[in-house]
Amino acid sequence: MARPASMRRSRRVGEALIERSMLGCALLSVVTTAAILAILVRQTGEFFAEVPISAFLFDTQWTPLFADKHFGIWPLLAGTFLTSAIAIAVALPFGLLAAIYLGEFATPRIRGVLKPTLELLAGVPTIVYGYFALVTLTPVLQKFMPELSGFNALAPGIVMGVMIIPMITSLGEDAISAVPGSVREGAYALGAGKLATVFRVVLPTALSGIAAAVVLAVSRAVGETMIVAIAAGQQPRLTLNPQVPVETMTAYIVQVGMGDTPTGTLEYRTIFVVGATLFAITFAANLLSQRWARRFRER
Amino acid sequence: MNRLRPPATRPPSRTLEHGFRWLCLLAALLPVAVLGVLLFDVVRTGIGRIDVQFLTSFPSRRPEHAGIIAGAVGSLWLVGLTAAIAVPIGVGAAIYLEEYARRGRLATLIEVNVSNLAGVPSIIYGLLGLELFVRALSLGRSLLAGALTLALLVLPIIILSTREALRTVPRGLREAGLALGATRWQVVRQVVLPLAIPGILTGSILAISRAIGEAAPLVVLGALSYVDFLPDGPMAPFSALPIQIFNWTSRPQAGFAVNAAAGIIVLMATLLVLNAAAIITRNRMQKRLGR
Amino acid sequence: MQTTVDSDACLSPPYRTMEPAQMSNPGVAAKLSVQELSAWHGEKQVLVRVSLDLPEHEISAVIGPSGCGKSTLIRCLNRMHELVPGATHRGSIQLDGEDIYASGVDPVLIRRRVGMVFQKPNPFPTMSIRDNVLAGLRLTGMRPGDLDAVVESALQQAALWSEVKDRLREPGTSLSGGQQQRLCIARALAVEPEVLLLDEPCSALDPIATTRIEDLLGTLRERYTIVIVTHNMQQAARVSQQTAFLLQGELVEFTETDALFTKPKDKRTEDYVTGKFG
Ligand SMILES: Nc1ncnc2c1ncn2[C@@H]1O[C@H](COP(=O)(O)OP(=O)(O)O)[C@@H](O)[C@H]1O
Ligand SMILES: [Mg+2]
Repeated sequence: MARPASMRRSRRVGEALIERSMLGCALLSVVTTAAILAILVRQTGEFFAEVPISAFLFDTQWTPLFADKHFGIWPLLAGTFLTSAIAIAVALPFGLLAAIYLGEFATPRIRGVLKPTLELLAGVPTIVYGYFALVTLTPVLQKFMPELSGFNALAPGIVMGVMIIPMITSLGEDAISAVPGSVREGAYALGAGKLATVFRVVLPTALSGIAAAVVLAVSRAVGETMIVAIAAGQQPRLTLNPQVPVETMTAYIVQVGMGDTPTGTLEYRTIFVVGATLFAITFAANLLSQRWARRFRER
Repeated sequence: MNRLRPPATRPPSRTLEHGFRWLCLLAALLPVAVLGVLLFDVVRTGIGRIDVQFLTSFPSRRPEHAGIIAGAVGSLWLVGLTAAIAVPIGVGAAIYLEEYARRGRLATLIEVNVSNLAGVPSIIYGLLGLELFVRALSLGRSLLAGALTLALLVLPIIILSTREALRTVPRGLREAGLALGATRWQVVRQVVLPLAIPGILTGSILAISRAIGEAAPLVVLGALSYVDFLPDGPMAPFSALPIQIFNWTSRPQAGFAVNAAAGIIVLMATLLVLNAAAIITRNRMQKRLGR
Repeated sequence: MQTTVDSDACLSPPYRTMEPAQMSNPGVAAKLSVQELSAWHGEKQVLVRVSLDLPEHEISAVIGPSGCGKSTLIRCLNRMHELVPGATHRGSIQLDGEDIYASGVDPVLIRRRVGMVFQKPNPFPTMSIRDNVLAGLRLTGMRPGDLDAVVESALQQAALWSEVKDRLREPGTSLSGGQQQRLCIARALAVEPEVLLLDEPCSALDPIATTRIEDLLGTLRERYTIVIVTHNMQQAARVSQQTAFLLQGELVEFTETDALFTKPKDKRTEDYVTGKFG
């Protein structure tokens, strides 16, 4: 057997090395964030060296790939807003009602089955949802809406809504379950029925947690790519009409990415400018969501 | 004392409340039913297309000659490389945060950072990969560049799920190990990791499933949709299953939509097998560990 | 629900010989009358054939060691018991001679007539002081004309008005523990119940806040019938006219408070009030 003194020493060196390498792994995530920021900032800077910020903010057309170039971000923002708004309009009622069911009505056994089943919706790859939107849903919708074009904001918006239902349900249920039983009892003891208790007492108390869930869902919808790239079209258009082709920020990045745009050109930089805008929006939404989630957890 | 058996309960019935309760249940079930119908439709459309020709052919301009071999093999390569890169790093980072880090600025910074990274849209990772791996590190539009990008994408998922798994190991066991004179790493390796392995594996498999289905970052990186060769190493250009499906979905001819449906069946079947494997591994290991 | 009792279960062991007549207070009208009440949590029986008459405009205290079923008993009085999953009961309770468990009776209406204050103050976190007082009216869809008058009167009755009249818009949760509990009393009073149930209302409060609530109960007695659960015997002695002593789900003794503390009839009551156990 080796003598304890010498063993201890060699062990400590190894220990320190191991700890360092684990720290290195953890720091890699910080490096990733830094790299994302650096790349977006650098390319955006070079873009604005050539294109004035006013053209980006105030022009109403986005045509960087045409001969007559315009760099107004609004059409892409409108496309993103439209598809995301439709998605939230679908996901919020379904997600919230499902959350109320899980939090207020379901027995533990039903919950144990229903919750993972709902999570399946979030596990399906987005490319599959894209197929649903373009190949399955749009033709069905066209039967009721003859005006609906083959590419549109409506179908991908609805499908995206189905995809983000579990997110609202799961976080919303956490918020509803976090409302103390004593608060519910207080309402029942006053003679309030179940509906009044849920809508006037439980949901208002859980509000910041539910808001956090919705904002996170918005962030998810804004950043969602394949569904809109497949089914919404590639026509940047400043419109709120859900029946016509539009283009989202993410779909634009895909459009350019599929072509072979040479590095260092202005076209190449546009995807980073759009990416930076997308990053800023989703990052702000995530921060807001975290803050609201913290607020309801602290109470 | 004369104890009685409890009577059967009869909750008071009220129509509005009951209606609302059913509405909520419907809201929970309807989306699942919709997904079921959509998947059924895909299977009906695509199942007849799945045959040896489809599974072993390269892409083609004619839908009936096209196949998924290039995409499938590309995806296998990607998944293997991504797992090899992301799992050790993610587990290492989680071990650092759970077992080594003292509560302080650095730990908080890393934690906040990881949870924020988990919310970054996948297409942004595509931009990162394009600039960092394809251009700056001159890896080109290779499998390795794709795998590195996907690895960064799933890293936060692996870190978060591994931390959760580590947290299920009772504190007392660590202290017992340390009290025997073991070093921290010995305790981690011999006490903590064996107990946390089922959870870590499950989380990693779920993260890898996420990587298999991702298309957006790969499109931006420049994955190909038309390849007539199989990759011969990590530096080869590549296609991937979701890229293939994307390409077929986007084509107007009906034959390609059938191919896309068939491709989706293959993709979903793969995910199903992976998830089943995750559940079985977890159950088996939990049984072995006597929990 | 079932009001008849299995015949074999009716055979009382000899030690439970107290007649129902002894459990009530002749001469005063019974506001609430409990007959042969048994209650369960799942398979576990928590109350065993409890019978007692609670006289109108008096304060009745319920004492007993922790876990003996005090909360369960008063939660049966306004049908809150049935909200707990797996909770069941048997027996009958009459409010002004009407069976509150008769089929067709809406528990919600019972709870409006029999209000309740809980052990831990539970003001609604999203509502202001004023809205908390009005919560009962709003949640039940009642629309009284003069809301300000309701708020003032309820807060006056709860002896909280002078302390909060300038900050009615502040959140209910901004008050101190004792004030929150009086706010919960005001909230219960605003719906003008006939009976007020209080489940250890002072156990989370300091002695000064406790004294305030005890004084308050004395004045409320004129308008309401009050049942207070407490595991503090001094409190029962100070505030109540009758006291019920529960032990392991059985009602051991229910009589005038003075009598119960000074010359208990049952050996177990004597042991408890003299501090031999509990
Ligand atoms: N929600 C519940 N589920 C199961 N058992 C309960 C529940 N609430 C109370 N009990 C049981 O019922 C008995 C009486 O409880 P309770 O009426 O709260 O007693 P007290 O208020 O006198 O302390 C206790 O033994 C307790 O364990
Ligand atoms: Mg109690």
